Amino acid sequence: MAASKPRVKVPKSASAGEVITIKTLISHDMESGQRKDKEGKLIPRKIINKFACEFNGQPVFSCDIDPAISANPYFEFTAKVAESGTFKFTWVDDDGTVSTAENPIEVK
Amino acid sequence: MMLTRRSALALSAGASAFAFAGMTGIAFASPEDTKAMMMEFTGGKEPATGTITLNAPEIAENGNTVPISVSVESPMTAESYVESVVLYAEGNPNPAVATFHFTPMSGEASATTRMRLAKTQNVVAVAKMNDGSVFIDTKQVKVTIGGCGG
Repeated sequence: MAASKPRVKVPKSASAGEVITIKTLISHDMESGQRKDKEGKLIPRKIINKFACEFNGQPVFSCDIDPAISANPYFEFTAKVAESGTFKFTWVDDDGTVSTAENPIEVK
Repeated sequence: MMLTRRSALALSAGASAFAFAGMTGIAFASPEDTKAMMMEFTGGKEPATGTITLNAPEIAENGNTVPISVSVESPMTAESYVESVVLYAEGNPNPAVATFHFTPMSGEASATTRMRLAKTQNVVAVAKMNDGSVFIDTKQVKVTIGGCGG
């Protein structure tokens, strides 16, 4: 499968102390390890097992993921912003591949 | 052993349950497994109800992607915040779904995601606060088409 492409929605600006909603989505099959191929053999598990969001280097939200999360894992969560800065998002695949995305936000 | 009617029934029920599991090739978890995992998470504490709200559809047509959201009432300050929320699906092959970790920077302890459900079952959300107290909410979701593709 081609490299997973993350999509992130963060407001461009916010007022200081505002709680904003962040939406993230990454394309990934999230192969559960339960399915079988045409020959009846189990398809090995391959999922995104960790997602994390940081703001200016400080952890905001993270998630340990099990195979019960749907394909193309979607997460919506909140963050409180006190200053302008950058949100950094990381997704970790079972095979060790790390996908990242960065989104700046301006606080007025 | 005397084979009474009662024990004969119990035996055949056990045998058919075993045959069913062998046929599908997928061992489903039980509410007891979920309970055991939950107790490990809470450190043996019995969670209280309230404070946490789990939102799930009553009927999910497609078990492959069931929208689910969870929110916990908390001031989310450095003194008092929600540390983590864990989701379990009692009837999936593996009850673990996901664990959310919050920080005071989250602002609110709420998150939404999409999950897989193999069959009609209870979904359980357990929240752990930074002071160690634990809260639980349970919702039954009816699933029309299972989402584990056997």
